[in-house]
Amino acid sequence: MTRDTEAEPIELLTFKLADQKYALEITSVREIRGSTHATPLPQSPACMKGVINLRGTVLPVIDLGERLGLPPSAHNDRSVIIVVALEDRLTGLLVDAVSDIVTLATDDLRPPPTMSKSSKSMVTALAVIEDKMVRVLDLTATLDDMERPAA
Amino acid sequence: MPAPHDPMAEIKASFFHECEELLDVLQDGLMAMQNGEEDSETINVIFRAVHSIKGGAGAFGLDGLVRFSHRFETVLDALRAGTLAPSADVLRTLLSATDHLADIVELSRDDAPLPETDTLAICDAIDQLIGDPAPKTTHQSDIDFEPEKITLNLDPSDPPKDQAHVPDTTSKIRHFRITFQPFAELFETGNEPAVLLRHLHALGHASTSCDLSDLPPFEKLVPDIPHLRWDITLETQADLAEVQSVFEFVEGLCHLNIELESVSSADPTPAHQSEPPQYRNDTAAPSRPTTGRQVKPGRPTPPVQKPVVRVELDRVERLVNLVGELVINQAMLSQSLDQSGLSPHSDAMHGVEEFQRLTRDIQDSVMMIRAQPVKALFQRMSRIVREASGALGKDVRLRMLGECCEVDKTVIERLADPLTHLIRNAIDHGLEDPATRCAAGKPAQGTITLSAAHRSGRVHIEVGDDGAGIDRPRVRQRAIEKQVIAADAVLSDSDIDALLFLPGFSTAPAVSDLSGRGVGMDVVRTEIQALGGRVSIQSAPGRGTTFSISLPLTLAVLDGMVISVADETLVLPISLVIETLTLTAPDVSLLRPGCHVVRARDGFFPLIDLGHHLGYRPLIETFEGGIVLLVALADGTSAALLIDDIVDQRQVVIKGLDDRFFRAPGIAAATILGDGHIALILDPSDFVSGAFDTPRVPHTAPAPQGEPA
Repeated sequence: MTRDTEAEPIELLTFKLADQKYALEITSVREIRGSTHATPLPQSPACMKGVINLRGTVLPVIDLGERLGLPPSAHNDRSVIIVVALEDRLTGLLVDAVSDIVTLATDDLRPPPTMSKSSKSMVTALAVIEDKMVRVLDLTATLDDMERPAA
Repeated sequence: MPAPHDPMAEIKASFFHECEELLDVLQDGLMAMQNGEEDSETINVIFRAVHSIKGGAGAFGLDGLVRFSHRFETVLDALRAGTLAPSADVLRTLLSATDHLADIVELSRDDAPLPETDTLAICDAIDQLIGDPAPKTTHQSDIDFEPEKITLNLDPSDPPKDQAHVPDTTSKIRHFRITFQPFAELFETGNEPAVLLRHLHALGHASTSCDLSDLPPFEKLVPDIPHLRWDITLETQADLAEVQSVFEFVEGLCHLNIELESVSSADPTPAHQSEPPQYRNDTAAPSRPTTGRQVKPGRPTPPVQKPVVRVELDRVERLVNLVGELVINQAMLSQSLDQSGLSPHSDAMHGVEEFQRLTRDIQDSVMMIRAQPVKALFQRMSRIVREASGALGKDVRLRMLGECCEVDKTVIERLADPLTHLIRNAIDHGLEDPATRCAAGKPAQGTITLSAAHRSGRVHIEVGDDGAGIDRPRVRQRAIEKQVIAADAVLSDSDIDALLFLPGFSTAPAVSDLSGRGVGMDVVRTEIQALGGRVSIQSAPGRGTTFSISLPLTLAVLDGMVISVADETLVLPISLVIETLTLTAPDVSLLRPGCHVVRARDGFFPLIDLGHHLGYRPLIETFEGGIVLLVALADGTSAALLIDDIVDQRQVVIKGLDDRFFRAPGIAAATILGDGHIALILDPSDFVSGAFDTPRVPHTAPAPQGEPA
């Protein structure tokens, strides 16, 4: 995400994780589907929910809350899987609920204050929508290095 | 697909594709000659291969390629004419020239600069072959095209040598009678008969008649089959070679017959009057008029070749995927019919059975499309052997067995790197230098054996050398130095051999260009595993080392046993299951806490509680009545897997697992079951080795041992 481009509109999909608002750039989102039973992978890290059948392809599903190290929340029937594409590979992200699609100007995105080393990479920007802080996730950083669980 | 705006790019792409095939043919031919097949047809085949590359390169203005292939062709011509004997040295030079030609082709394709110095060196080597003693057939000091060098040899009744020596006295008027009948390929390769005919006209006075007698009535006309033949009488001062050069680029793409009828002096006698031009224009008469001397088409240059279709891989992939879906769908249908309570003798059930059979047939046929002989891969390896042996100064012979073994295309492609590693390793580490070999009473020439064979539904590929074998004490020493194993660890021979697969492990005292950096073997293993295969080592001191790779035939389907463990459904490749048994109390004995063995078939097998091992549930306390599968492991041993139930046996479509984030140990892939759920496909060999906490070779990624979830 380039912050240099002035007032370039950017569309974000916002969703909830442990009562916090998060967002992803909508261009990377392929579809949103209801949460289904995932086949667990043996000896996988906790954030790896397993794999589901997405119309004939095997889709790995990651519990985004676990991945970000958030307190576990009881997944209910509003839990959804956001299917995102990174470099042509699809991944499912399990979140508590999707909220909205918002259009912001890139100016409205602020870089997060660098406080700790561990959490800086996944949240690339902060924005304020309806008086609430929304964390914009960097998909690449979120999906990379899954071998090293963040939690 | 290349950009659709540029038709030339497409044609060019197909040219390079063809080049690859021609290079294969070339290498094949040279190897055949190395094995003593020195018949003229073999030489002709290799000559034509180089010639076709040159021709195509000329058409695309790839000068570097033309130049080199021309030099190459010159030598082959000498070989063909018998002025050069195909000795071992000559063939070696020719093979390295072939390698270089392949390089140039590749560089030309990528528009990369050509390695001029290398080219010069190889050209010198080539020139040495036909060197000074051999009478140079033509002046070839220059780099330019020498059309008169090219002799066409399409028709055995028309031996080119005789005419090649037609005295080059330009004052003579020659009368040629030319019949020219293009094949469909001629048009497909973008040649245009009119251009050729125009060139002929440019040489002198030509009268052309088009023979339409083969032309079917319009309603039966198939537009992409050529029906025309041209008869040309040409009066020219040019000699035969010049006339032939007109057709240079369509050699093999047409039926061509050039006859020199008469030679008259250059008097202004209008010679063509003696033979009035015949404009036969038999209109499309269905009853073929007296064309008794119909030129039989066919007899194309290569011997009987089955027609082939070149299909984009994407389309095949799509077909394979669709068939995969069909298989899943068929499974779902069978499953729901089974549950519907229909009589097994009802029409519907018969129909489903038939459907099942058809599905399987379709699937087999589709898989056959993707199957390719490993030959092409092996040939690439022969180049690796040549280069590596040259660089290391070792005399190495490559023996290839089972080249016709067919394997899935994807498997073949992805095998190239691991095999290259293994072969380089074998030459560098495996084979001793000639002096050591002689001292050990072995022939100075080392042998690398590359073999492929089908065995029980898998392909086995072996890379063997007859070298010194693995120096186990040194490997062990090295492992202790690197603190991989404890100094007092007790390791079996195969454990020591397995150390070689550890990342960054090398026993080479000196790092050479080829190997010894220790990046090889663990990569080899990872790549083979990614293909669903396994690699193992057999080594005997003083007699050599063999790396065996075992691979699934296809990456798309497998016959699986569907089992259930702790409410999860899993699939086990049925080829691995030796036996199923129900445990009784005396069958199981405790070896030590947490480690049981099963007694079956006069042997003891480690018992693995699959549910526990995969982390689905805590360890089971009592095994009595449990169902156990005896499975074969890659290293030749077996293990007993404790499962809850056997659900079904069926074909499953293999779906790759995205292992970007996480590779689950023991899981090879996944499949989609009839009910739409995903079942994981197990690879027992992968997890059994790590099942017990014996002092084992650590895995590349030390996975946490399955704790109760």
